[in-house]
Amino acid sequence: MIELRTVATAIPGTQPDYHFPGYVSSIARSPRMPLVLLPETITEKTGPVFGHGLIRQHDHDLTAQHGGEPLGERIFVHGRVLDEDGRPVRGALVEVWQANASGRYLHKVDNHDAPLDPNFSGAGRTLTDEEGRYWFKSIKPGAYPWGNHYNAWRPAHIHFSLFGAGILSRLVTQMYFPGDPLQPLDPIFNSIADEAARRRMISRLDMDRSEPNYALAYAWDIVLRGRSETLFEEAGR
Amino acid sequence: MTEDSRLIPAGSQTVGPFFRIGLEYLIDRAPALDADTAGRIEIRGRVLDRDGTPVPDAVLEFWAPRITVSTSAQDPYPAGFRRTATDTNGNFVVAAMRPAAVPLEDGRMQAPHMLVLVFARGLLRHLLTRVYFEDEPGNTADTVLQEIPAERRATLTARLETHQANSYQWTVHLQGQDETVFFAW
Repeated sequence: MIELRTVATAIPGTQPDYHFPGYVSSIARSPRMPLVLLPETITEKTGPVFGHGLIRQHDHDLTAQHGGEPLGERIFVHGRVLDEDGRPVRGALVEVWQANASGRYLHKVDNHDAPLDPNFSGAGRTLTDEEGRYWFKSIKPGAYPWGNHYNAWRPAHIHFSLFGAGILSRLVTQMYFPGDPLQPLDPIFNSIADEAARRRMISRLDMDRSEPNYALAYAWDIVLRGRSETLFEEAGR
Repeated sequence: MTEDSRLIPAGSQTVGPFFRIGLEYLIDRAPALDADTAGRIEIRGRVLDRDGTPVPDAVLEFWAPRITVSTSAQDPYPAGFRRTATDTNGNFVVAAMRPAAVPLEDGRMQAPHMLVLVFARGLLRHLLTRVYFEDEPGNTADTVLQEIPAERRATLTARLETHQANSYQWTVHLQGQDETVFFAW
């Protein structure tokens, strides 16, 4: 019998605690009993891989999913998905969703009194290329109020969901914009104790990739847990 | 590359209450499994909070490595993966192929199980758990299951529905006396 290697835990401060009272919804929904160590078995070392057939024509262009152009500030969002060794994660499924320019989500439980945009659904997805790159076209989401505390407003953000090599690389996070004065006030952003780790959630204005007289670009690289030699199952192979 | 030059994985943030906008399509596009498909199982369950209140905005993802995959090479949907979300009453249902028994590094077999990722508003980082199946004889010898304190082990075991073959019931308690076992990662 050999000693079984257990799943490694994150570097303290770089991931949020489950119980974070500043974010009120975490209080009754976060586990309070001790977390259990898990052997890293084939179940944990493998993960789903998605084929190109999942992605449709305008899935990466959130401004082209309806008859007309959405209102708001047109943006490009691009970056690379890397593993812990800095190697590109190829074929990673990247899913995004966001509020419209007025800070309103196309969702039945969003009751913020801001207009919906008939030309904007706010959802997209893509697979990274051979160099781990992804690219979206969208509009800059607005800030919006929420019920966490008195006069609470979320800083502008785009939700990102990613699958890398192996199920333990799974990540759901939010991309923020540089210079947003709401960030220091936001308990979700500040649930990550480490300042450098918080800063890594903020995208960078990228004038080189902006298009004059058309759209600004924001660059954001995302590091996923794991290393590319992790074995994974290929869909349908 | 040396250990200290490793990059630090990005921080997690909650999926929030509006995830359906971006995540629901993948639930809808899972290949349909007819009720009479050999090896098909169904898990019906609920997600509850500390107070036993249903959680209507949770996403669950199920993963099992499938050693033998019979789907076509064109299939963009990985066979061992399923995503589901809770409804307004905190209920979910997921149909999948029964997972195979898979080995540990030392060759001992694990009982059939699926890794389960739980995302919800209020969860800043997703939870990691496993689901086992009540009627699998390998459960009593499963290393992972046996490492868990006996009184909490049942939280990882889906119960067979009385009148439906291959149909299971499993409740996820995010917090409280019956709290589901979650793993550190």
